[in-house]
Amino acid sequence: MRRDLTDSMRERIASACAGKTPVSICGGNSKKFYGHPCEGETIDVSQHSGVLEYEPSELVIHARAGTALTDIETLLSQHRQMLAFEPPQFSSTGTLGGAVASGLAGPGRPFAGSVRDSVLGVGLINGRGDSLNFGGQVMKNVAGYDVSRLMAGALGTLGLLTDVSLKVLPKPASEYTLRQACSQQDAILRFAQWMAKPLPLSAACWFDDHLQLRLSGTETAVRQAQHQLGDTLLEQASGWWTAIRDQQHDFFQRQTALWRLSVPPATPPLAISGEWLIDWAGGQRWLSSDESAESIRRITASVGGHATLFRNGDPSTDVFHPLPAPLFKLHRRLKQALDPDGILNPGRMYKGL
Amino acid sequence: MNKTATVTEREDFIAGLGLPPHCILSEDSELRPYECDGLSAYQQVPWLVLLPETVQQVQSILGYCHQRKVPVVARGAGTGLSGGALPLANGVLLSLARFNSILDIDLDNRLARVQPGVRNLAISQAVAQHGLYYAPDPSSQIACSIGGNVAENAGGVHCLKYGLTVHNIAQLKVVCMDGELLNIGSHALDSAGYDLLALMTGSEGLLGVIVEVTVRLLPVPETAQVLLAAFDSVETAGHAVAGIISAGILPAGLEMMDSLAIRAAEDFVHAGYPHDAAAILLCELDGNRAEVETRISEVQELLTGMGARDVRLAHDDQERQKFWAGRKAAFPAVGRISPDYYCMDGTIPRKHLGKVLSTISQWSSEYNLPVANVFHAGDGNLHPLILYDANKPGELERTEEFGGRILELCIEVGGTITGEHGVGMEKINQMCVQFNEDELQQFHAIKKAFDPHGLLNPGKAIPTLARCAEFGRMHVHGGELPFPELERF
Repeated sequence: MRRDLTDSMRERIASACAGKTPVSICGGNSKKFYGHPCEGETIDVSQHSGVLEYEPSELVIHARAGTALTDIETLLSQHRQMLAFEPPQFSSTGTLGGAVASGLAGPGRPFAGSVRDSVLGVGLINGRGDSLNFGGQVMKNVAGYDVSRLMAGALGTLGLLTDVSLKVLPKPASEYTLRQACSQQDAILRFAQWMAKPLPLSAACWFDDHLQLRLSGTETAVRQAQHQLGDTLLEQASGWWTAIRDQQHDFFQRQTALWRLSVPPATPPLAISGEWLIDWAGGQRWLSSDESAESIRRITASVGGHATLFRNGDPSTDVFHPLPAPLFKLHRRLKQALDPDGILNPGRMYKGL
Repeated sequence: MNKTATVTEREDFIAGLGLPPHCILSEDSELRPYECDGLSAYQQVPWLVLLPETVQQVQSILGYCHQRKVPVVARGAGTGLSGGALPLANGVLLSLARFNSILDIDLDNRLARVQPGVRNLAISQAVAQHGLYYAPDPSSQIACSIGGNVAENAGGVHCLKYGLTVHNIAQLKVVCMDGELLNIGSHALDSAGYDLLALMTGSEGLLGVIVEVTVRLLPVPETAQVLLAAFDSVETAGHAVAGIISAGILPAGLEMMDSLAIRAAEDFVHAGYPHDAAAILLCELDGNRAEVETRISEVQELLTGMGARDVRLAHDDQERQKFWAGRKAAFPAVGRISPDYYCMDGTIPRKHLGKVLSTISQWSSEYNLPVANVFHAGDGNLHPLILYDANKPGELERTEEFGGRILELCIEVGGTITGEHGVGMEKINQMCVQFNEDELQQFHAIKKAFDPHGLLNPGKAIPTLARCAEFGRMHVHGGELPFPELERF
């Protein structure tokens, strides 16, 4: 079903604004667990769907926010293209709007860019019920403040996304995975060395005393790199990377608190007890641990990173890393600029936003 | 305000600043060099120029100006092409020129922490020995500074594959108008909270003053090769660009020039361009040797199949540099054949290239002003150069009108008025066409969150609604006339 529900969603937000009553924005409901639960009447965006424009030779796709990610990936795949940031699909219902609002990216992120790196433009409804457009369908656009990229990762607290334009990339001609036994410490060192070399890397992960590298490019390029790295080829590993991306891998099935630590990639292993899975060539570290939030956050911050309580957390703990006071004050003012009455997903990200 | 009053006020202002005398310029002869940036059509001698040397000094200057409600315009190297650093007659011009040190190079995380006055090219030069470089390469990279690059979200010829400034920076230190110092972004791949790094990038000095930038460094590709293809029509060249992209090839650089630009460049630097071609394409591929070899032959075949009448591969690095020299010298080359030229910066969806270029060419005859077109074909960023003579009465005005129409045409086909040069003063009227009243209001609300009194770079980048009403060409949505409450002129 392809429908344009912009007007009805705009009316609902305008009346919520008038009555100062909160709304909770929902796409495919695949990331409901992410962030704090927020009050308010649900606005379901998933029915507002359909690809609006896609021309493979322009490397741009423009679609309504409720369009299923699976539909977008199927369409792109038919033209041998892809979303560079490899959005996680925690279930088959995930939408484009949810992928952008959550700002979550898969294993390719350090090599092909983040969600916001792919964003070219958005249509949004702000907290006043105004329907606005920022950015556009072109690669380069510096007219006005970059409101569209600001929406990536804002969890719907600054606006309801109605449509999004993304830059897409050609799929690599071939893809292979290398596997090699090594400690976490060695993996991080090797990742840093390889990242400084012009190798066709497209993912780098470590788990269970093995590192896994994904190489993407022309057949000959990948073979040449394999030679340089001198390891065994695993031909059929795309399923493994998808399992990491979508958290279907065994590591993610534990019941203990799951933390996402984002740190400078070359940071040596952190002294926090628990089980680790290292992704993004060291930059994104998944930790399954019972350690206290204070201690995890203190250690992560000491190396210049931040820690998110991703799943299975104690509901009274902040999900997102607390911000320094001056920065939080600016966040509040920015929230007020887009949503003066604080009705859009209040508290989903931080209390007071 | 008469001149004596200005001088007295200025002396009083300086006395309260607490800044060492060598950081203050107030004599007319000292102020004059700052009267414009790279867009010399707009000039204004500043009230006062301050050249701080420490972050603390920047904080106290801004805090002091905030308290006294004195507006501030930040300036980097002054190479901007949209008048973004145009000074104010009643404000401080804050030059960041003395912040010119590279503070730290973190090889393990491939980051360079630099002060905002460091030149773009100096970063790549400093890390070249480690096989790394900083990717965005605006054509002014020899002179432009990284702080200005962030303020404008500068691009270059390699954006399609490597992105703009926003894609290549990790962290900023920013002083807000009230003097508060903020860390935005991090040395990790993301940070908690809103993506303020994206919002700050390209904000044209309206939200804060950048005092430190951490940029991401990339490994220098193993090899790069460039093809030069000549075409008998611009349309055929445009189709060839679409053909390359559709084949799943992502060139590092993909540039197009039209006949006037080709001839000007060839006569200037003898790059080996075919004098009689209607258009040429330069296609650079980089990566590892095996990848580039495979791809180059694919592109060669594609170009020939899509109607290129001549395709040449640069056989060595020297010839590659020569091919690029013509493209990089295109602006000064046009400067040689015309007393003045005006550089536009619209971006369009590539499929509309033929329509846009033929309309420009039609208007060029109407206005009797020649246009040379240089085009970042890979990402749709068009740089029409309008040739004019400022000494001929009325010619600058006609040029500006012609330029304005080109920008509005870019919006009409689904593009934008500025791809990489920024709005500044130059394109502020066209902002009224690209954005509607609600969108402009939203921009103003965001500005207010950072700078409640509107003291940072006032009058640039985002037009007031009153200005749009005066300009008279507004975003019309659904046939309704916007701003019904405002008087018409």
